[in-house]
Amino acid sequence: MKSLILQTASRYLMVLLVLFSVFMLFRGHNEPGGGFVGGLLIAGAFALYALAYQAKAARHLLRFDPRTIIGIGLATAVGSGLAAVFYGQPFLTGQWLPYSIPFLGKLGTVFFFDLGVYLVVLGTTLLVLLTLQEE
Amino acid sequence: MGWSLLAAFTLALFAPFLYRLMGRATGWVLALFPFTVVAFFGLHLPISPGARFTTSCSWVPSLGVDLSFALDGLSLTFVLLVSGIGALVLIYSGAYLGEQPGGGRFFAYLLLFMGSMLGLVLSDNVITLFVFWELTSISSYLLIGFHHHTETSRASALKALLVTGAGGLLLLAGLLLMMLAAVQLGLPFEKAGRISAMLSVDFRQHPLYLPILVLLLLGAFTKSAQVPFHFWLPAAMAAPTPVSAYLHSATMVKAGVYLLARFHPILGGTIQWETLMIGVGVVTMLVGAIMATGQRDLKRILAYSTISVLGILTTLLGVGTVLAVEAAVVFLVAHALYKAALFMVAGNIDHETGTRDVTRLGGLRSLMPVTAITGILASLSKAGTPPMFGFIGKEALYTAKLDLETIGLWLIFAAVLANVLLVAMSLVVAIWPFFGSLRETPKPPHESPISMLLGPLLLAGLGMFVGIIPGAFDRSIGSAMATAILGFPVEMKLKLWHGFSPESVLVVALSGLTLAAGYFLFKKLRPWFTHTLELACRLEPWGPGIRRAWQEGRLLHELTCRLEPFGPTRAYEGLLTGLTRSAQGVTRFIQSGYLRHYILVTILVSVGLVSYPLVQSLEPQLSANAWQIRPHEAVVALLTLAGAIATVRARYRLTGVAALGVTGLGIALTFVIFGAPDLAITQVMVETLTVILFVLVFYHLPPYVSRSTRLNRCRDLVISIAAGLVMALVVLATTSIHLEPVLTDFFAQQSLSAAYGRNIVNVILVDFRALDTLGEITVLAVAGFGVYALLRLKAWHQREVEK
Repeated sequence: MKSLILQTASRYLMVLLVLFSVFMLFRGHNEPGGGFVGGLLIAGAFALYALAYQAKAARHLLRFDPRTIIGIGLATAVGSGLAAVFYGQPFLTGQWLPYSIPFLGKLGTVFFFDLGVYLVVLGTTLLVLLTLQEE
Repeated sequence: MGWSLLAAFTLALFAPFLYRLMGRATGWVLALFPFTVVAFFGLHLPISPGARFTTSCSWVPSLGVDLSFALDGLSLTFVLLVSGIGALVLIYSGAYLGEQPGGGRFFAYLLLFMGSMLGLVLSDNVITLFVFWELTSISSYLLIGFHHHTETSRASALKALLVTGAGGLLLLAGLLLMMLAAVQLGLPFEKAGRISAMLSVDFRQHPLYLPILVLLLLGAFTKSAQVPFHFWLPAAMAAPTPVSAYLHSATMVKAGVYLLARFHPILGGTIQWETLMIGVGVVTMLVGAIMATGQRDLKRILAYSTISVLGILTTLLGVGTVLAVEAAVVFLVAHALYKAALFMVAGNIDHETGTRDVTRLGGLRSLMPVTAITGILASLSKAGTPPMFGFIGKEALYTAKLDLETIGLWLIFAAVLANVLLVAMSLVVAIWPFFGSLRETPKPPHESPISMLLGPLLLAGLGMFVGIIPGAFDRSIGSAMATAILGFPVEMKLKLWHGFSPESVLVVALSGLTLAAGYFLFKKLRPWFTHTLELACRLEPWGPGIRRAWQEGRLLHELTCRLEPFGPTRAYEGLLTGLTRSAQGVTRFIQSGYLRHYILVTILVSVGLVSYPLVQSLEPQLSANAWQIRPHEAVVALLTLAGAIATVRARYRLTGVAALGVTGLGIALTFVIFGAPDLAITQVMVETLTVILFVLVFYHLPPYVSRSTRLNRCRDLVISIAAGLVMALVVLATTSIHLEPVLTDFFAQQSLSAAYGRNIVNVILVDFRALDTLGEITVLAVAGFGVYALLRLKAWHQREVEK
């Protein structure tokens, strides 16, 4: 089912949705948002693209296999927790840079943990959706 | 001490790679490790009675569990046996296995067992001891089932695991009760698990004494193959012969005896201890000896005689006098030496001729001279002929029993009977395969390679050496071992010849009588067996056989063959099939395979479980403003409700999904109204993706047809209304409870100052409770892969069918 309207619309929406999801990810620490919602949003963006252009095109656009993304996500989350271990603190204790970064605010390992959540949610959702669509 | 365990387990990991590199030479290389252990621990020789070396490091201090190890005479003996025989078995296995797939696995299991057994005998903490105890069961399971492609191997391995594993669990219960009792008796908690600390308190007066004793004994009896748990040991002969030599004669089956010896000074000496152990021990000793006489398979003869010896050891520890314990010490070591040697000899014969049936073997002495000499030496020790170590063991056994007053006579009678049978079977093992005329065997026999001769020859030679110079044993380690078992210092004096005092003459006379009677029986055995040569006992159906058997003089074999399936094996098998059947029944009942049944059961159960306490504590505490509904709230509620009704009444799946989406969005709006924007965004996204998911799934489904009857629909309606009602009540009940705001305040205060974030929900998710979130995303990932695997598996199956 090819729909010109959906295809055209999804190309523009795609950019917006991806940007919005990244925005949500960064915003999450202080305002409503976070890795989970961000991950769902970007997964929704790719799902839309897959509906408009077939799953193969979505996979191409994604570059990485969803399975790889899940792996990277889990590794990122675990890795962010390991940083504390090197400072002799319990696993997953947040470590922060001593100074703030313009526009982003304080940066710490907690952000990378959230990034891991984001990637796992993205990967899992797309793994299921794309596999189903290719059936 | 700890390093030797660590090294064994580490080496087990690398054994497969080593085997790939070196093939059959692996055994020689790996044997370097146990030889090092022997050398290291050998430095403690001669160990003085009562000496004790300990080392400890904390493991789980909150549970009173630490990795504490202790070395005394008892554990040193076992360490030397385990590593010494282990080294020889490793060398032996290299040649026995040759180059075959899975050989590396075999060596890994052997080393795993070695490490576990060393840990077991060195542990000073009861929990550590239990962990190693179970590890030996597991490695034994893996080794018995090494030829896992055959049905018998798998069944035997499982049998051994279930029997010893069940005993292990009982042991754990006993050990935990012991820790409890120790604390009640005044031991500080962190020391309650220490065996050496337990020596200082008296368990015998504690009300839990009998339960502790029974549980501990059950653990030991299952492991050491005491009647009625003995049946796993003959079945375990399905293992490769090096395993039988190592685990099932010299070391693992003695773990139970070790446990009894270890706890003798703590729990022993009571009438319960004596009754239980002597009773079980004597029965085991007799059953093992009688069953041995009916066997024709070399390994099964040896297995049953091992059971008999284990019975003797249990009896001796049950008696618990100084003389009895000394006899147990000698018997244990002598048995380990000759039985491991005999098993390896049996392995050589099996390996080179292709059969282990004693009635089909003969005249091998000219073709396999070294094996023959080794076999004869070890058998002589087994039969208890001077000057072998086994002889000293039997003398000590008789001396100990003569020393007793009331039950001594009965015990002597039983012991002589069992020993006569054992002597006869030793002669069968020593003489039939090697003397007489050469018989046709499946393979043309020839002498085994050096690596398969070294082990048995060394062990049999050691048996003779210690027999001739028994002082070398009692002074270096025997006294210390007896001291550790008794709990007070003793000095052992072993001799081949005790002089002419009345007792020693009587003992010698008994020994002579045993030998003579055993020889007489042995002479009679041959005709009994030859008659049955053509008729395997299974082919002979029940009934008229018994009388004919008596006439033909093969009653013994006939009887033992028929007795065997009536033993506890039958109970075990009945239990196992009963368990499988009932599990199948339950599964068929619960797992109908219909998704709607599962949902029905899940909802009904949760409604039932939740509504019971809810009704119990229900107080209609609706706050006054509960009914002040604002107009936009009413709109959202109606929208949600309308969506739900439309979903149920939908005639097409897509309509249903769309309507469900309306309900979901209604819920999201509710979140917005009540100030939970995070939840609202998530809800919207989940709703969207769910709709997409449903659409993708429905694409594959046939058109929707309503098949349920009116009655079913009514039932479902009632259930769903009940579920909804209960949920609504739960929500109302929750809002009416005023929670302590401690947590809320804590998070509100700490969120910005400690975690630099103003969004409390997200800070909790990624910082305060990050470990929970990590668990959740792991589950999410696993679930995703599960769905993926299911979908792909179906496609893969289709491809296979098309092929």
